[in-house]
Amino acid sequence: MRTLRLLGLGWVFHMKMLTRSAFNSILGIIYPLFFATIAFFMFRAGDDPKPLLYASLGAAVMGIWSTTSTSAGAAMARERWHGTLELLVAAPTHFALVLLPVTIAMASIGIYSMAATLLWGWLVFGIDLHILHPVEFVLAVPATVLSIGALGFLLAVAFVRFRQAWALGNMLEYPVWLVSGFLVPLSLFPGWVRPISWILAPTWGINAIREAALGGAALDDIVMATLLGGVYTLAGIVLVNRALKIARTRATLSLT
Amino acid sequence: MAVVEVESLRRTYKTTTGTIRRRSLEVEAVRGVSFEIGKGELFGLLGPNGAGKTTTIKMLITLLIPTSGSARVLGHDVVKDARWVRERIGYVFGGDRGLYERLSALDNLRYFAELYAVEPRNQKARIQELLELVGLNGREKERVEGFSRGMRQRLHIARGLLHDPPVVFLDEPTIGVDPVGARELRATIASLTQSGKTVLLTTHYMFEADTLCDRIAVIAHGEIVGAGTPSELKAQVSEGTVVEIEVYGVPDGAVEKLRAVEGVRTVAVEDRDQAQILVVGTAPGTELTHALLSRLDGASVGRVSSREPTLEDAYVALVSEP
Repeated sequence: MRTLRLLGLGWVFHMKMLTRSAFNSILGIIYPLFFATIAFFMFRAGDDPKPLLYASLGAAVMGIWSTTSTSAGAAMARERWHGTLELLVAAPTHFALVLLPVTIAMASIGIYSMAATLLWGWLVFGIDLHILHPVEFVLAVPATVLSIGALGFLLAVAFVRFRQAWALGNMLEYPVWLVSGFLVPLSLFPGWVRPISWILAPTWGINAIREAALGGAALDDIVMATLLGGVYTLAGIVLVNRALKIARTRATLSLT
Repeated sequence: MAVVEVESLRRTYKTTTGTIRRRSLEVEAVRGVSFEIGKGELFGLLGPNGAGKTTTIKMLITLLIPTSGSARVLGHDVVKDARWVRERIGYVFGGDRGLYERLSALDNLRYFAELYAVEPRNQKARIQELLELVGLNGREKERVEGFSRGMRQRLHIARGLLHDPPVVFLDEPTIGVDPVGARELRATIASLTQSGKTVLLTTHYMFEADTLCDRIAVIAHGEIVGAGTPSELKAQVSEGTVVEIEVYGVPDGAVEKLRAVEGVRTVAVEDRDQAQILVVGTAPGTELTHALLSRLDGASVGRVSSREPTLEDAYVALVSEP
């Protein structure tokens, strides 16, 4: 019970933090619209409306991933700059329970980016938002958001251990767009890319959302995204203790 | 039983120099420190910048793992039982950092109350009680970014006390705070031991340690160079005289020359506006003014005076010993 309360209140606390800066909020509002516009122009050729919805959904999940990958590093860097990282570590709560709400809050902001992208496509480009399997779609969206949040959590563990790891988060933004098939079908990539795609929850998440929207079978993808999210979370919980022990040994917690 | 037991605690930092040809260096920040703090005692760890105060405190609050030696809080090892220890200690540090500036004081306190597992039904009352204790009642809904240094510091103290810890570590809590604010903070710190808490306080300020602490350990270059009650430390230098010589530019080697004069116990240099003050501690029954001035040949000397030694002189003497 306490764990759930902590996760919930932590999420509210970090959502407040993320939405307090007007400048960041405006950027957050505008940024996904650029993704959406690029995707629509790429896929507008032809009369078939399906590719446009395909692109629209891809751009929407791009927004969730971009927010999480870049913000997870920025959040940890901010904790270091503000001197709060040490205080969080010095608290008796397991550090995983401190980190998880941070990354889930970021992924939640990604939900806005999803809604904004779809709405932008509908208003500006006239893309029909007809979802063929609404129940599966409603399951696929939180599964994707939470699994991307879990991947962000795993990255955040790296940010605790390595001060400059925020650069890794930024660096991963575009490759994951590609290898998860947000815009380009995975079948176009060489075979060796597939295993990388399979271990990334966003691959299954975007598949689940697309299948649900376009009328395919989404359940397997939902299960895979959820399972991978669970694996990331468990790996993060195990690794965070190790990362903290190394940071306490090497005295890197107070460094910015 | 002592509440805090520190035994031969040692901490080494590894650092590197150079860009292409990187060289690894080891810096010994704390070199075998030992002390004990009894229940309800306010113990001061006093020393200059870089002496090892913060490193010592960070090992005690489980943020740093000691290179060797051991430390126990309430009988539990700070490395093996880190979580147990964290539940029972409070940590407050000085300066602007350590708060979520964009959020209100109340948001900050609520979040940390949750992290420290303060019972949800008690949180509201506990936060209110602490806001009153630190004098922030009525300001709790304001964003921290608009707070003065003193208000931030008081908020830090409230945060550190949320879970009512029996042991509190205060790392330079009055640093940078104006005199009135610092006085209020000292009153709050004094009230902690009155409520039965055990406190370890680190500070630069001798008068602060003198006013607040039951016992003081002076730390310099990572080692404890003197310990005792404030009166015991004063007694170490109560005999003798302090000669203060105002100099405009201390010549090279002057400090060493003064140290070599028979009867000189300590020499320290303090900057004061354009001038420097050479503070020379001399043995009782000696009159060394002439001998000292003769060693400053060529220097532009201003006012020369002598006075009785103070507790600050005891501190300077301890931390200046080579």
